[in-house]
Amino acid sequence: MDLFEYQGKQYFARWDIPVSAGGVADTVDEAMKVAESAGYPVVVKAQVQVGGRGKAGGIKLAADADEVRRHAGAILGLDIKGHTVRRLWVEHASDISKEYYASFTLDRAAKKHLGMVSAQGGVEIEEVAEKDPTAIARLHIDPVDGLDLAAATRLVEEANLDPEARAGAADILVKLYRCFVEGDADLVEINPLILTPEGKVHALDAKVTLDDSAAFRHPEWDEFRGLEEMDPRDRLARDKGLQYVGLDGFVGIIANGAGLAMSTCDVVEQVGGKPANFLDIGGGANAEVMANALEVINTDEKVKSIFINIFGGITRGEEVANGIVAALGRVDIKAPIVIRLDGTNADEGRRILSEHESDRLVSVPTMLGAARKATELAGGTVREAQVSR
Amino acid sequence: MSIFVDDKTKVVIQGVSPTGQGLYHGLRNRSYGTQVVAGTNPKRGGEVIEDIPVYASVKEAVQATGATASFIAVPPGGAPGAILEAAEAGIAFIVCITEFIPAQDEARVYNVLRRDFPQTRLLGPNCPGIISPGKCNIGITSGDIATPGGPVGLVSRSGTVFYQALYELTQKGIGQTTGVGIGGDPVPGTSFIDCLSAFEADPETRAVLMIGEIGGSAEEEAAEFIGKEMSKPVVTYIAGVTAPPGRKMGHAGAIISGSKGTAKAKMDALEAAGARVAMNPTAAADIMAEVVAGLG
Repeated sequence: MDLFEYQGKQYFARWDIPVSAGGVADTVDEAMKVAESAGYPVVVKAQVQVGGRGKAGGIKLAADADEVRRHAGAILGLDIKGHTVRRLWVEHASDISKEYYASFTLDRAAKKHLGMVSAQGGVEIEEVAEKDPTAIARLHIDPVDGLDLAAATRLVEEANLDPEARAGAADILVKLYRCFVEGDADLVEINPLILTPEGKVHALDAKVTLDDSAAFRHPEWDEFRGLEEMDPRDRLARDKGLQYVGLDGFVGIIANGAGLAMSTCDVVEQVGGKPANFLDIGGGANAEVMANALEVINTDEKVKSIFINIFGGITRGEEVANGIVAALGRVDIKAPIVIRLDGTNADEGRRILSEHESDRLVSVPTMLGAARKATELAGGTVREAQVSR
Repeated sequence: MSIFVDDKTKVVIQGVSPTGQGLYHGLRNRSYGTQVVAGTNPKRGGEVIEDIPVYASVKEAVQATGATASFIAVPPGGAPGAILEAAEAGIAFIVCITEFIPAQDEARVYNVLRRDFPQTRLLGPNCPGIISPGKCNIGITSGDIATPGGPVGLVSRSGTVFYQALYELTQKGIGQTTGVGIGGDPVPGTSFIDCLSAFEADPETRAVLMIGEIGGSAEEEAAEFIGKEMSKPVVTYIAGVTAPPGRKMGHAGAIISGSKGTAKAKMDALEAAGARVAMNPTAAADIMAEVVAGLG
């Protein structure tokens, strides 16, 4: 789950990572109140989960109450790359001497945490990485050892931060690392991390991605979740415990496991169809989950046929079959269904389905065969799939 | 031969309860012929469930039964502790099928194992397990989709495509030495390279089928290994050729992977390393049939 900047800053505050004085505002009046207590001049920042806010007019400096009124009014309701601004973060505008970059993430290849610090902050870090990879100091951290102040100090030295910023930056790095680990984040990033003319270092932005798998030990994340920006179809699917990605085609796809769901999309496209979506019902899906998946697909007008591709491991065939039968009784499924069912308890599942087969529910024994049948029923032109590149 | 497990492997099911996935699949593993010798449950030590003696700890189970492998299907909160308990008890091969373990826990457990228990191999988490057809099946794979006595080693990051590939081989009459599902989590205990290396060393494995997917760089790393170290033919399929990546990576993540991570980049790397690249699981088995016919 990605956090908004203001949520990221609230999260940072739990680990004493310094941020500018400021607050959240949903209205122009609130913005003016926050500005008053933060102290002028202030920055009014659109809260959307998309990059390039500044260029889109979503970040404005205001010297007095009149300017806050004008900017807050203009930014609230603004559309930034398809995201409507509903909330602002208003903070005291800092004087900036220097801008840096700092982040922690997991390096999957090294199987260690990765800290990155650069003296070139405030711009897209990908650009820095491309133009001058040596401008980013990297440190692999063993999760068993963690990061201490000595290592953090060496990292900021290696990154060539200005001498007067090093102590403050190293201190923030240690706190940011704790936020990353204890806060169960996949990514914590400060860009820019700034040095003020008074020699203070603090976070001017906050990018935090939380690890959804750790939600069970963070009940406090619920308040973040309610405000998450999501496609309504995605939200419906997620509320029902499904992984759903809407696509542009006409064959609705339901599979168990992300790998098989992707593979099903591959095969449908290769035989001449076009996937309308990617829907993974996950492992151990029961009848209820199967019925929910069909309901979600059924809301998509573009779907001309539905291909259910199940290879049971932990998922049991008879549960899948019962789910389909239950869904047929509960929902008026618009498109014909093609099912391919193998694996755990598949015989029992196929037996249950055989009692309900019709031209609206067709069972096909192979994945490629079922993809062809689903494409044909959707009115597509069926072709032979490519074998190798 | 098989890799990592064989007919002598003795399995303890960690966290046995009458309604849990561990017992359900452990019993399926037993009916396949796997030696399931014990279960553990701190509250049920001394009980016998479905003829399986239950001990309070893995250590007790190992002392009483000589278990050498474990099967973990406990929920995410308890799984990291269960993995370390097995390692401390001297279990050499741990299969953890648990999905949704927090990434921070996974990274910590991986590094603790590497440092303190270098002899222990963890398979997974979030994996289907391992099957050596006719000898041993630990995990959630349906035993009937595999065929003993064949020349192909199979390794996959995706669980369900693992089943699909295993079944496609079986349908074409191609048997397998061992099928290993390593799981698609950020820090799997066992990597493609671990499996490729074991298959290369196994005299009965004469060709390898590797199933990857988009995201991360495990396939690119495997490609490098294939180019340098593998004398046996390798056929591959990368799931997600046409699907968009399911998950956005943060800025820092994008830097680590660079242009790596797309299906195309992975297929290019594998092809450059001399592997054959199939477009879907059925095609992978078709190509493998050709490869096997050419082995003589």
